[in-house]
Amino acid sequence: MIEFANLLGKLSFNQLPQDPVTAGGAATVVGGVLAVAVALTYFRRWKWLWKEWLTSLDPKRIGVMYIVVAVVMLVRAGVDALMMRAQQATSVGSSHGFLSSNHFQQIFSAHGTIMIFFVAMGLMFGLINLVMPMQIGSRDVAFPFLNSIAFWLFFSGVVLVNLSLVIGSFSAAGWLAYPPLSELRYSPGVGVDYWIWSLEVAGIGSLLSGINFLTTIITMRCKGMSLMKMPMFVWSVMGAMTLVVFAFPILTVTLTLLYLDRTFGMHFFTAGGGGNMMMYVNLIWAWGHPEVYILILPAFGVFSEVVATLSRKRLFGYTSMVWAIWAIVLLSFTVWLHHFFTMGAGADVNGFFGITTMIIAVPTGVKIFNWLFTMYRGRILLATPMWWFIGFIVLFTIGGVAGVLLAIPPVDFQLHNSLFLVAHFHTMIVSGVLFGYFAAVTYWYPKFTGFRLNERLGGYAFWCWLIGFILAFVPLYILGLMGATRRLDHYSASTGWWPLFIVAGIGAGIIAIGLATQILQVIVSIVQRKANQDNTGDPWNGRTLEWSTPSPAPFYNFAITPEVDSRDPFWAMKQARKKNEKHEPLVYQAINLPKNSAIGIYIGIFSFLIGFGAVWHILWLCIVGLIGAVSSLLVRSYTKDTERHISATELKELDHKARTNPKEGYA
Amino acid sequence: MSMTAIVRTDDSKPLLGFWIYIMTDCVLFASLFATYAVLYQNTNGGPDGYQLFNLKSVLAETLVLLTSSFTCGLAMLAAHRGDRRQTILWFVITFLLGVTFLTLEATEFRHFVQMGDSWRRSGFLSAFFTLVGTHGLHITVGLSWMLIMLFEVIHKGLGRITIRRLTMLSMFWHFLDIIWIFIFTIVYLRGAIAP
Repeated sequence: MIEFANLLGKLSFNQLPQDPVTAGGAATVVGGVLAVAVALTYFRRWKWLWKEWLTSLDPKRIGVMYIVVAVVMLVRAGVDALMMRAQQATSVGSSHGFLSSNHFQQIFSAHGTIMIFFVAMGLMFGLINLVMPMQIGSRDVAFPFLNSIAFWLFFSGVVLVNLSLVIGSFSAAGWLAYPPLSELRYSPGVGVDYWIWSLEVAGIGSLLSGINFLTTIITMRCKGMSLMKMPMFVWSVMGAMTLVVFAFPILTVTLTLLYLDRTFGMHFFTAGGGGNMMMYVNLIWAWGHPEVYILILPAFGVFSEVVATLSRKRLFGYTSMVWAIWAIVLLSFTVWLHHFFTMGAGADVNGFFGITTMIIAVPTGVKIFNWLFTMYRGRILLATPMWWFIGFIVLFTIGGVAGVLLAIPPVDFQLHNSLFLVAHFHTMIVSGVLFGYFAAVTYWYPKFTGFRLNERLGGYAFWCWLIGFILAFVPLYILGLMGATRRLDHYSASTGWWPLFIVAGIGAGIIAIGLATQILQVIVSIVQRKANQDNTGDPWNGRTLEWSTPSPAPFYNFAITPEVDSRDPFWAMKQARKKNEKHEPLVYQAINLPKNSAIGIYIGIFSFLIGFGAVWHILWLCIVGLIGAVSSLLVRSYTKDTERHISATELKELDHKARTNPKEGYA
Repeated sequence: MSMTAIVRTDDSKPLLGFWIYIMTDCVLFASLFATYAVLYQNTNGGPDGYQLFNLKSVLAETLVLLTSSFTCGLAMLAAHRGDRRQTILWFVITFLLGVTFLTLEATEFRHFVQMGDSWRRSGFLSAFFTLVGTHGLHITVGLSWMLIMLFEVIHKGLGRITIRRLTMLSMFWHFLDIIWIFIFTIVYLRGAIAP
């Protein structure tokens, strides 16, 4: 508390990294940032970056930025995973591996936090930004400026997490920071505060995105697109954003209460003083379980699009898919207690939550069967997105069955906090969420770049991921059943676990090769972009509106706002064209699109200052950040000229250019 | 008639967005109410609500805030009539009532702290200060917003965008009123029942 008055709060030179491992991490972060800065200066790209990307309010640009940041974070948290696997493969018996206990704890906390909040969420919001407005035949989202703020808040969260490598340390209390361990008494450093504030800032960004996308779907669908004509990806986004709106405020409150405990001596979750630490676990999972579905629903939506298009069939059981999504949305708020059956709530409560958990497998099962029936007797194109789907369906079903097993409270008492659980949720999130978003990136890549990704390397990457995944996580199921708990940094040789940890380590290495192959795939595809160019705008013979535009999609999305009268409207249009129905003449109308704005970035910077000040107890910095953020908002509110007008003739010319020479049309 | 219809469709996006925001704020308060419900008996040897709360001053707070909601409604009626003077007058009154409410609340808080019953005393008091304080913080934000809007009305009159912003502000203000009704009932009236 007292430090708040100090000019530098708790900050001092002692907070810089001291031991070689942390120093290595810090050097990587600083080196990476410097390398990017030097490259931008050398290639004279600063202005381009600022004008074309950072200040853009085009959801497609914002979407790409989300995905780039998420991929960088995937590499970072992937390195964390490799370090953990290496530690567990070497720290047996008299050997103690290369990581200290404390450092190991920071690594698994960072791995989980980053993978969920900055990889999965980043990929999700990126894809929604790219695809959803186009699928509903819209030029933009409801609040383009809010979209930019949301991205920059997300980015501030990313910066805070990674800054902890350089200044201070990260939380060593696990990815959900349970008290009393995360209370000041047991975690006196700044690690938990870094964790709190990076999630607080990024979480508010997610909340804003949720409001934005929900409003977009409700109010901006093109003419004729009634709810039951929406593409399944849009439905899944609607479900996920509904969950964001209802779940993220709980996260905001929970993090704030923990911070109040730690900073102002309150007693929400403390062991004494009238606190109740199990309340934290309840609150965090009341957000955390819906969060799982927030991540997976859009991935389900992706698979619904990919499977239908690449099987050349309409999606099987559209209506039941919609109901399954909403059943999952509702049920996801009724299962949170299964994360802590061992709390001791009694047989009745545990029984209730065990049953709801088993019930939620039903709508998920409905979706699995619908996808399989969509493939049945379809003309399946075995391209990379389809491979990701096939990998998903196998692994996800296995992981799901393990989940139903864990839903039985007596079984859970045996397996709670074991590696079996770790294997279960990695199966769900890696095969469900990550494979889904990999499929999505491969599938929609040509729409936003104008060329396809290299198929051969994509296939290699898939097989590395699949085989690597099985090698890395099947041993964990077995180890969990043998009694190995999660978050172990050392174990006795007499347990006989060592060989299985070695196998898991090899698996993680193969996954890393898969990730490297994907990065190589993007580089090779860029180099060979002429050969893989997509001139039609419709490389997969698609069914939904985004494929009706040229590739890369022009900044205005649609020169003429589409009108639809069926599901799979683009497919219907193509069928109608085949029948030689007469074309109506194209009538262009003037449009307005938002101009670039740098204020989103400023708000991101000021929010970062608030977060940094709160972590280090520097009061003046928090005040500067708050005043800055509010003034930025006010400046924006009273800026008049925020829209760019494009006249009908201009639009006609642009559209003509885009259709004849896609590259030039992308102004 | 057709003019108003056009205005409505134009404003439907921001207003719907704001409704959804209010829903998220509602969830935020729901979480704090739940926290309070879990902790209100955890007095840790300190005072409970029965010993602490002075219902008379809380009733005064409540009446002041409810009146401010009413005057806010009158301000909006004036705004829709295009009557700038009345709009400003009623918002100034709303603002003053809001400030009165905050002063009463701050006095109560200061009194508790001076008696040694701050948020550090017990789980109950942590939950109390956080729940009621978060409402107070919202009121502060609302008052600052009202101040800005008063300047906007004075300088720019009652254009379409200004009316839209005033509509959001009044939604926010009424929402805080509803939250206060729950605080009054669940925290203060419940607390007045002898244990």
